[in-house]
Amino acid sequence: MEAAHAHTPGYGHDDHDAHKPSGIKRWVMSTNHKDIGTMYLWFSFSMFLVGGVMALIIRSELFQPGLQIVQPDFFNSMITYHGLIMVFGAIMPAFVGFANWLIPMQVGAPDMAFPRMNNLSFWLLPPAALLLIVAQFMPGGGAGVGWTLYAPLSTQAGPAMDLTIFAIHILGMSSIMGSINIITTILNMRAPGMTLMKMPLFCWTWLITAYLLVAVMPVLAGAVTMTLTDRHFGTHFFNAAGGGDPVLYQHIFWFFGHPEVYIIAIPAFGVVSQVIPAFSRKPLFGYASMVYATASIAILSFMVWAHHMYTAGMPVEAQLYFMYATVLIAVPTGVKVFNWVATMWRGSLTFETPMLFALGFLFLFTLGGFTGLVLSIVPVDVQLHDTYYVVAHFHYVMVAGALFSAFAGIYFWLPKWTGRMYNETLGKWHFWLSLIFFNVTFFVQHFLGLAGMPRRIPDYALQFAEFNAISSIGAWGFGLAQLLFLYIVIKTITSGEKAPEKPWEGADSLEWTHLPTPAPWHSFETPPVVK
Amino acid sequence: MGIKGIWKWAVAGALYFWSLAAWAEYKLNLQTPQTLLGEKIYDLHTIITVICFVIFIGVFGFMFYAVFKHRKSVGHKAAQFHENIVVEVAWTLIPAAILVAMAVPATGTLIAMRDTSEPDLTIKATGYQWKWGYDYLKGEGEGISFYSTLSTPRAQIDGRDVAGRNANPNYLLEVDNHVVVPVGKKVRVLTTAADVLHAWYVPALAVKQDAVPGFIRDTWFKAEKAGIYRGQCAELCGKDHGFMPIVVEVMEQAQYTAWASAQQKKVAAAKVDPNKTWTPEELKAHGEKVYAQNCVACHQATGMGVPGAFPALSGSKVVNGPAADQIKLVLNGKQGTAMNAFKHLSDADLAGVITYTRNSWNNKVGDATTPADIKAARN
Repeated sequence: MEAAHAHTPGYGHDDHDAHKPSGIKRWVMSTNHKDIGTMYLWFSFSMFLVGGVMALIIRSELFQPGLQIVQPDFFNSMITYHGLIMVFGAIMPAFVGFANWLIPMQVGAPDMAFPRMNNLSFWLLPPAALLLIVAQFMPGGGAGVGWTLYAPLSTQAGPAMDLTIFAIHILGMSSIMGSINIITTILNMRAPGMTLMKMPLFCWTWLITAYLLVAVMPVLAGAVTMTLTDRHFGTHFFNAAGGGDPVLYQHIFWFFGHPEVYIIAIPAFGVVSQVIPAFSRKPLFGYASMVYATASIAILSFMVWAHHMYTAGMPVEAQLYFMYATVLIAVPTGVKVFNWVATMWRGSLTFETPMLFALGFLFLFTLGGFTGLVLSIVPVDVQLHDTYYVVAHFHYVMVAGALFSAFAGIYFWLPKWTGRMYNETLGKWHFWLSLIFFNVTFFVQHFLGLAGMPRRIPDYALQFAEFNAISSIGAWGFGLAQLLFLYIVIKTITSGEKAPEKPWEGADSLEWTHLPTPAPWHSFETPPVVK
Repeated sequence: MGIKGIWKWAVAGALYFWSLAAWAEYKLNLQTPQTLLGEKIYDLHTIITVICFVIFIGVFGFMFYAVFKHRKSVGHKAAQFHENIVVEVAWTLIPAAILVAMAVPATGTLIAMRDTSEPDLTIKATGYQWKWGYDYLKGEGEGISFYSTLSTPRAQIDGRDVAGRNANPNYLLEVDNHVVVPVGKKVRVLTTAADVLHAWYVPALAVKQDAVPGFIRDTWFKAEKAGIYRGQCAELCGKDHGFMPIVVEVMEQAQYTAWASAQQKKVAAAKVDPNKTWTPEELKAHGEKVYAQNCVACHQATGMGVPGAFPALSGSKVVNGPAADQIKLVLNGKQGTAMNAFKHLSDADLAGVITYTRNSWNNKVGDATTPADIKAARN
């Protein structure tokens, strides 16, 4: 991590801040949006590896029928923490890392609005991650309750559950502080002339995401706190014997959980909306409708939570309402996809690694969107709910969606951040390996789900054996391909070729047009003039 | 290997996968539905998937056209348009219309699906960690009640008998007692649970309904063909979530009548006289059976539990302490742990299992708990 910037030529030469600490202090006490962004990204990647190892344990056990490698309790713990770590430890911090790096540069500000709070919101993450990892070693092992932490299984779990609850509290605080920072920076620190509707779409998507986070993280905190008091302080929120209702937990959880899906997806839309126009050498098609579509998706995301609970039991009228509201989301989502395709239409396209990942995102995220549409139809969902079809669906939107978009973003901005170019050939290898192995892993899971294989089981009937074996092979391939990514990034930072001032012909936001490469320590000490 | 070589490999690979898919084992779609409603759902799924597929091909047809024709390397110059009100309105309204067209058949099917009125037979399915209990509440066979537990041998699961596993077509999908129902009759299934959430899921009958502790939910099916249909618990319920299958056996009416009356006789015969006086030996022997059905998954046959997860009963302070405390714990469970309340067992079952645990393994308390003790403790 240290080497990242120490070796970067020219870094810090324009530094007018005499208080810049050196060594470890530079990172621990950092108030610089770029350093904090870097830490977010490295933290995210470390968590991605931890969660990935858990995924490989799961897939290795599922390679064949029978229990070979792990016992059911440990398996359940792996599916739980794989989900929690990937969502809260890998994907969310990755996009906060992008926000930190890019928002001040894109709106023409020197730094984030609250640099010290920024430091705190990052440094809350490692203790939370530590709690999640230490939970594995509590008596009885990790809590095998699934990442949704459904009651009453979660009130029954061992002490690992308490650590998990505290980890979620801390992660929530971090997210809320990060969001306050992002909202304030965007609303108050734009350069003169940078009206809201002139902002790069990435800033818009983060503005909307930050509001979602502020709205729903407290809801999740409430749900897990109720679990905590049910566990230790004699309340009965989720216990029917005491007048509570286990399904109440699900309603509260998904009131957080569905917007959470968009908290992950919307910044990914933002990254892709920067990358596709740059490599099409054409402005983004339908900028205003993109903003409105994103806002509509965000608002609708509050109104569809119970589509995760079609089989939990609710009145038929409620099921109908949630079905209609859910299919409605396909409209603004469709608008976005059409806009991206129209952006490429009659452009002058080139296919460097960032563009490849953006197209991979576009293609596979849309596929995930279509399976989402299939799942929104209640009678069909009743067949597919809690099967591998759902697992395949959300990995298409989370991995091929959010993760591919994050890869696109890293390759796109790495030259701006480090002043060095990545190796294009290796980048393309990384893309194609990821694309192929991702589909080998997850496409076949649609078939498993259709045939009736429930999710979260450590062992399965023989008719599911073939596709599970294929899926497990894909998972190992996908996992190993990510080590290539790590190699590419380290190689770029340490000995990549010097990047040209403007490596991407079509990139037109402020960080490309108004700042040198690599970007200076403080982005804009005097605000740029935006026409 | 040039571009052509790569294409050859890609085509060969695609053909290979297609040939794999042609194998019978590679099921690519929903299970064959065995109810009329299931057929409707099957068709609904097909229609929606086809519509999605057509749109997908359309949209990405444009994208790939652009990818091949509008690339810089073929000298394409970028146009600079960035909006077009007409197409933007069109691609908002047309999808909306398609969605309405999808929602209409879905609505009809959903309403039919939720109509559980006027059933011929009502069965309550109770989820336990980790088995199902069935009570025939109303209709032919009323009063039948049994548990249904996985019958796949442990050795096949643990890999001590791999040959047995590979030769077992119903591996993990077999139970000791099938839920038997008559063909062509509307069967309403009430679901509930004793401990945590479970879900009653039989794909071929197109039913899945969560079982929520403390609440009753319902669903229904009407099987069109006799046969055995297998499903699994679909809601994560702890350690053995993957090991509590559901097996529904649909019988012709005459066979069902015979089965039901035989079962009802069995229930009557098995009814324990509440005034029966038990000897300690009888209690212990009865308790061993109850233990094997209810306790063994966690506390294990050795009474040693699973270190860290489930406490040992052998040498346990509670089991070797006053009987009254153990009775209270078994009756009410221990909140915040996997030890659930076992109030639903009969007085004789509870007396038996408590006597058994107090006088097995390293436990030698020497006393016997009687059904009367349990009855007293319940009040």
